[in-house]
Amino acid sequence: MGLQATSFQDRKRKAINIAALGAVLGLAFLAAVPFVLVSGYILVKGIGSVDWAFFTELPKGPGETGGGMANAMAGTGVLVTMACLLGIPWGMATGIYLSEYGHGKTASILRFTVDLLTSVPSIIVGIFVYGLIVVHIGYSSYAGAAALAIIMLPIVARSTEEIMKLIPNSVREAGLALGLPRWKVILRILVPGCMGGLVTGFMLAIARVAGETAPLLFTAFGNQFYSTSLDQPIASLPVQIYNFAKSGFPDLVRQSWAGALVLVGLVFFLNFGTRSLLYLKNRKEIKS
Amino acid sequence: MQLEVAEKLTVKQAKPKASSAPRRKLDIHFGDRVFYYILKASAWGVVGLLLLMVGLLLDMSWPAFVEFGPKFLINPEWNPWTGEFGALSFVYGTVVSSLIAVALALPVSVGVALFLNELAPTWLARPVGFFVEMLAAIPSIVYGMWGLFVLAPFLRNYLQPFLHETLGFLPLFQGPMLGYGMLAAGIILAVMITPTIASISREVFKAIPLGYREAALGLGATRWEMLKIAVLKTGASGIIGATILGLGRALGETMAVTLVIGNKAHISASLFDTAQTMASVLANEYAEADSDLQLAALTAVGLTLFIVSLFINSIARYVVWQVDKKYAGMGR
Repeated sequence: MGLQATSFQDRKRKAINIAALGAVLGLAFLAAVPFVLVSGYILVKGIGSVDWAFFTELPKGPGETGGGMANAMAGTGVLVTMACLLGIPWGMATGIYLSEYGHGKTASILRFTVDLLTSVPSIIVGIFVYGLIVVHIGYSSYAGAAALAIIMLPIVARSTEEIMKLIPNSVREAGLALGLPRWKVILRILVPGCMGGLVTGFMLAIARVAGETAPLLFTAFGNQFYSTSLDQPIASLPVQIYNFAKSGFPDLVRQSWAGALVLVGLVFFLNFGTRSLLYLKNRKEIKS
Repeated sequence: MQLEVAEKLTVKQAKPKASSAPRRKLDIHFGDRVFYYILKASAWGVVGLLLLMVGLLLDMSWPAFVEFGPKFLINPEWNPWTGEFGALSFVYGTVVSSLIAVALALPVSVGVALFLNELAPTWLARPVGFFVEMLAAIPSIVYGMWGLFVLAPFLRNYLQPFLHETLGFLPLFQGPMLGYGMLAAGIILAVMITPTIASISREVFKAIPLGYREAALGLGATRWEMLKIAVLKTGASGIIGATILGLGRALGETMAVTLVIGNKAHISASLFDTAQTMASVLANEYAEADSDLQLAALTAVGLTLFIVSLFINSIARYVVWQVDKKYAGMGR
């Protein structure tokens, strides 16, 4: 009797085990499906329209066919470069401070603030820059770049901190023992020593802001042509994709698919490239 | 430890001894001091930036608060032509779309985290993990396009008729089947927050000591029972933290939602209906606001969203921190 009950219970437990593990497996594959669907669909829809004209020509008006997104790609390049000029030094300085001088309670307040800045919705950054810059000088590259820099800042700061913390203390002590001032130890020994890791962090930050649309809508605004001056509105790839996608004109929608493909390609390239670089570098270090 | 001492020496000694110390030493301390203060200023600059954000948004939205008072948050009417502005329909849209997203994303994310950390062999875990991580890298606008041109027609032609037929007695699944709308926004958001919840859950699971799992298996638990007792129950508070963090991401998500939600300021019980979120109304109307009052009201919507997301994220980080602290040094 008792034996039978046990074996019934055992079978029930085994059945539940198999069902539950199967469900976990199913959920895991369900999570991977959207990636395949989204990237596959973009590839299929976009690949036909990514041609020479797309990279070299200006957009045509609604209803006309042809034209490209050259101005938007140039604009994204300008905005991201300007954002790096502000966001990377500031973020690095913050990260170095947190890793090299960041002990105690004030440092955890700072760390917490940096984390909070990461979680500010990007559209809010757009409003902030609107009130800070656009109200005074109008839609411009400066405003767009400032918004992107604010988004980069906490990402760069946290990645810099994490990477600098990996350096063993003996390296710092060796430098200080040679009589070097601390700033030289940091800038000449520690930073060059982990440059690869730092650059990975910058690349991931760039990949993130290159695809940002919301903070640019009312800072950089958009432009049908090349922007000739930094205090004028400037086009960017994500904003142009948005405007074309919601325009409803088939040819503009076709081009926005191409734009999406180029954007996703760029972001994946930055992500994948830096990851595999890091992987190769780690493997080499382990071997040697 | 030695470093802390060194830091105190550099910072504190520099001042009083500056005049008596030999010239070369003075230079060393001077450089260190300048460097230290530059770094400190940049770090506190981040705090300043966040405070400036709150202050400036408050200043910009002040006219709206003066005009409407606290009623602003509970008034569902948003009419730029009559100058009546209330944020309730946007709050409703944000909350409902985010809740749909969390309800859909939570089981999938926890499932994938369990699978990758506890069950899968490395050759399978690596590519699946990569796919899920890459979901986080795809820009929001691309999700929006996909949602508008692929997901919405799919919903209109297949999922919505099916839900309407099987569960149509609920007010949730009644009304016009347009494809785009609240349901589409919720599904897109679920896809976008899955990597967030999954990666933090994985961190949490990783922090749980191996001994817990061995103890469960040693007592004769099946694999699933082990996962339930040793991993899910132990990591529950961490999963909650991860979910709140995902919720925070969903609340502020803008472009994807703007493209698929239909952008109409009203409150409807049906998930098939159009809606508007706090973020999407900003994307739609901010650059084209007709009056100063509308701009102030929009900024007030933004400020509300800002404060809510700061609040949600603070809670989430606190919860995750507690879990980290509990298992610090106990991991495998």
